[in-house]
Amino acid sequence: MSKNGKPKFAMYWAAACGGCEIAVLNINEGILDVDANFDVVFWPVAMDAKYKDVEAMPDKSITLTLFNGAIRNDENAHIAQMLRAKSQVLVAFGACACEGGIPGLGNLSSKQQILDTAFSTISTDNPKELRPQTTFKMPEGALHIPTMYETVKSLDQVVPVDYYIPGCPPESNQIAAVVGLVIKALKGEAQLPPAGAVIGASQSTVCDECKRTRGEKTITQFTRMATFQPREDQCLLEQGILCSGMATRSGCDARCPVANMPCVGCYGPAPDVIDQGARMMSAVASVVDSKDPAEIEKIMRGVVDPTGTFYRFGMPRSLMRHAKG
Amino acid sequence: MGEKIGVYVCHCGSNIAGVVDVVGVAKWAEENLPNVRVARDYKFMCSSLGQEMIEKDVKDLGLTRVVVAACSPHLHEATFRNACKRAGLNPYLFEMVSIREQVSWVTKDKTVATEKSKMLISGGVRRVVHHQPLEPLFVDINPNVLVVGGGIAGIQAALEIADQGSHVYLVEREPSIGGHMAQFDKTFPTLDCAACILTPKMFTAGNHPNITLLTWSEVEKVDGFIGNFTVQIRQKARKVIADKCTGCGVCEEKCPKKVIDHMFEAGMGTRKAIYTPFPQAVPKYPVIDVENCIYYQRGTCKACEKFCPTGAIDFDQKDEMMTVQVGNVILATGYELFDARRVPQYGYGRLANVVTNLEFERLSNTAGPTSGKIVLRDGVTAPQTVGIIHCVGSRDIKYNVDCSAICCMQSLKFAHLVKEKTGAKVYNFYIDIRTPGKTYDEFYRRILDEGVHFIRGKVAEVTDAPRFPGEEGKLVIQVEDTLAGRQLRVPVDMVVLSAAMQPRVDSKEVGQKFGISCSANGWFIERHPKLDPVATMTEGIFIAGVCQGPKDIPATVSQGAAAAARVLGLIGQKQVTLEPVRASITQDNCSGCRICNNLCPFNAITFIEDRAVSDINPALCQGCGTCVSACPAGAITGSHFTNQQIMAQIEGVLFDLNVQGAREEMERVPA
Ligand SMILES: Cc1cc2nc3c(=O)[nH]c(=O)nc-3n(C[C@H](O)[C@H](O)[C@H](O)COP(=O)(O)OP(=O)(O)OC[C@H]3O[C@@H](n4cnc5c(N)ncnc54)[C@H](O)[C@@H]3O)c2cc1C
Ligand code: SF4
Ligand code: SF4
Ligand code: SF4
Ligand code: SF4
Ligand code: SF4
Repeated sequence: MSKNGKPKFAMYWAAACGGCEIAVLNINEGILDVDANFDVVFWPVAMDAKYKDVEAMPDKSITLTLFNGAIRNDENAHIAQMLRAKSQVLVAFGACACEGGIPGLGNLSSKQQILDTAFSTISTDNPKELRPQTTFKMPEGALHIPTMYETVKSLDQVVPVDYYIPGCPPESNQIAAVVGLVIKALKGEAQLPPAGAVIGASQSTVCDECKRTRGEKTITQFTRMATFQPREDQCLLEQGILCSGMATRSGCDARCPVANMPCVGCYGPAPDVIDQGARMMSAVASVVDSKDPAEIEKIMRGVVDPTGTFYRFGMPRSLMRHAKG
Repeated sequence: MGEKIGVYVCHCGSNIAGVVDVVGVAKWAEENLPNVRVARDYKFMCSSLGQEMIEKDVKDLGLTRVVVAACSPHLHEATFRNACKRAGLNPYLFEMVSIREQVSWVTKDKTVATEKSKMLISGGVRRVVHHQPLEPLFVDINPNVLVVGGGIAGIQAALEIADQGSHVYLVEREPSIGGHMAQFDKTFPTLDCAACILTPKMFTAGNHPNITLLTWSEVEKVDGFIGNFTVQIRQKARKVIADKCTGCGVCEEKCPKKVIDHMFEAGMGTRKAIYTPFPQAVPKYPVIDVENCIYYQRGTCKACEKFCPTGAIDFDQKDEMMTVQVGNVILATGYELFDARRVPQYGYGRLANVVTNLEFERLSNTAGPTSGKIVLRDGVTAPQTVGIIHCVGSRDIKYNVDCSAICCMQSLKFAHLVKEKTGAKVYNFYIDIRTPGKTYDEFYRRILDEGVHFIRGKVAEVTDAPRFPGEEGKLVIQVEDTLAGRQLRVPVDMVVLSAAMQPRVDSKEVGQKFGISCSANGWFIERHPKLDPVATMTEGIFIAGVCQGPKDIPATVSQGAAAAARVLGLIGQKQVTLEPVRASITQDNCSGCRICNNLCPFNAITFIEDRAVSDINPALCQGCGTCVSACPAGAITGSHFTNQQIMAQIEGVLFDLNVQGAREEMERVPA
């Protein structure tokens, strides 16, 4: 507890786009509840703070930490470890922290390939073939920048995590509900779910919340949104659009299908599912309507970029984790 | 987890112990694997002593889980489950690890085999802690039976069952039952006439109050499971109204269209466009062969209709579908003959007087096209010399590797018939003489005594090109006599090819329809080649006769009777217990996406519209796992094959080697 008697709150942004930070601010007046109930001790986006301030805090002194972003380099890992030690409840916040997220697609390439693309492709003007150095000696002393890891990891592949709030980013109403629950729990009015639980989401998949009508599925062709205007009342998959809703945890109110766009899978795997992409693939493969190998081959060629489609958010925490180097 | 696991490593005589260090593996398991309370090795785990060892340990040591590393679950899973049950442990808290089929039989290197055994046992041990006690399901058995194929095997099975009071649907695709046996003249070794022993059985089957005979019919679709199959049968349009037809045969007599009969007469005789395959056919009413009937081809004729005294002809008759409910199925679909044209050097199809065994049967048959006279293709000349070639298309890696089982005896029978009927000189060309049945060797000696010439050697060629005097106008058989060690050219008037029995072309399709598999060459696979020859891996589906593999009539009849006995046994039980290994849907997790809805091969899944979730009927589910892997929400669980169990097993078999090449536990990244 702080001097003012309020529990302490922290939020951190690791390898991520920043959408999660915006999503928290997007809970509108709810943010005032955060301020009224918590003493915000560390939140780089919202207030100034130094790592050494956090280092100085006693262990377990922060009540709630929302950690967004994947682990891409040793700085991310270092802060994760530090916040783990300082926090009572550490939450993996958003798809990147939970599953690796969009940065996790970097696991399809090696570190070397990524650096080559960034520093040595035609579009880069880098005649001296300079590469970032992690240490650089100056008269004043050595300077360090973070060392990039070979692969991207989810938060729980680096430190133990108490709860997961999925989504890219998590829906504001779900964040507000979670914050409300924690506040109630602190007052002894509610109980927190068992550690390790996914919170701010539901127990089924997006289809459960999707209002489109569904029939038995027989797919003879895949199409893409760029070339096709789907009907608004029928399941997108049945219209040949690869919608990940059926393999994605519910909780978003089926935002994307409601907007006539296929679910891209940001809420991660359904309860007890280990590999969302594999689930999606075997489901899709099961309903391809042909027994003729040549025709199946032809239908499957309609799936452009299967890894990017099925593992858009989940590569680092899938069974594959990363491409074999 | 606190489980106490017993691990038992079987030597299987030297089957496993000859390659795997079973003593070392057991010791390793006890020292290294988590939760293992005791690990032992034993000569034969499946023996009563082996089983008692497990029972004793369960009771004395309070084991809560059992792992046996031995042969395959197919063979002995049930044995060890029962041992657990007797000891008071739920049988599903047992796990079988195959280190014979999957290790010692297929791995030569002893070190590798031993390490592989450890790895698989480690998987089993890690899996078994996640096992849950399961209780079997009980379902009633419908006493009706479906028999597919009306050859001697199917007839025998149908009669045995019908006599005991159960109803049989006997489905035959040809217009009459009888199968191949109906085409034969005499049968070895007793030489009684085939018709004399077969037709009474056909007649009984056709008139039995408990048999519904469905000829000119085929099974289209089978749903369900043991005790409760739903079968859809297509009755092809006969164009003859069975209830009106008296079988008088007038239509056949009046029909102006003659066709060569490639089926029953094996191409040696003719029939009409409206026909019964043979006079003693059961049932007696004919069918119209639409492809050859003048009316269907040109729109006029209708002679049969005009002359039919009872108005039984119905040109508009359509195929009819019927659905029947049965509890068990016997497949007795028999065989077809190897196409002798595939051995071009024997000249069949090119040289007129080269005939197949089935053609010879028709020639020799008193009811056949020549009234039983053995003559050349000209229809009059009796042959003076006849060569009979054994093993055509069998025992040959190019065609069928296996021995056809009957063609030696059948060739001996032919030799006798030729001698008896024509007095011609007979040569039998054989690779080996195989006469393993009761009194079969006696029959062989009798034929030797009759003066038939036996030449041991695989015939190289049958030719009509003469090279030496005496060969003009003859068929010359070129062969190496391997006993005398010399080349022979034997001029004859007629050559009989003993073509092999081989699986029906559609055997794989038919097997699939009934959920059973075929061996690589196409015979239906039995549950166990020695101990369970008429059952299959699918409960409630039995096989009998040559569809299971080449055999003679006595063996075929025995299998028909055996399959019937198995089915009657099940009917007597009234109920069967079903494996509780099946799928179920956790409805809170089901999103109603409907991916699973049309996947189940047993139609066990339904969609509940008002709650928008799917549901599985546990009695219909066979636990195949199709839907389990397809459900994108992970809402379907296959009991005994849960994610947790499978992942634990996979993690158990994985290990790392350290730099010295020794195994080391892998450091696992948190999932
Ligand atoms: C030339 C020759 C001579 C022989 N002589 C002797 C002998 O003297 N003594 C002896 O012991 N053995 C003899 N045999 C062996 C004997 O033929 C077989 O052992 C016996 O006929 C096998 O009977 P089956 O009922 O299994 O098969 P089959 O006689 O082939 O009967 C199978 C029946 O099933 C029907 N059928 C097939 N598929 C389907 C389907 N999908 N749906 C519905 N119906 C279907 C067929 O039309 C057929 O009526 C001889 C074999 C040959 C080739
Ligand atoms: S559109 Fe997508 S979310 Fe909606 S029912 Fe179909 S698969 Fe499910
Ligand atoms: S529909 Fe899918 S992609 Fe869209 S927000 Fe929901 S979970 Fe994310
Ligand atoms: S209508 Fe057809 S079956 Fe009848 S007599 Fe004429 S040709 Fe024969
Ligand atoms: S596991 Fe699923 S697909 Fe297989 S039989 Fe059972 S319900 Fe049908
Ligand atoms: S596939 Fe799974 S989630 Fe979809 S309807 Fe079937 S059980 Fe429900």
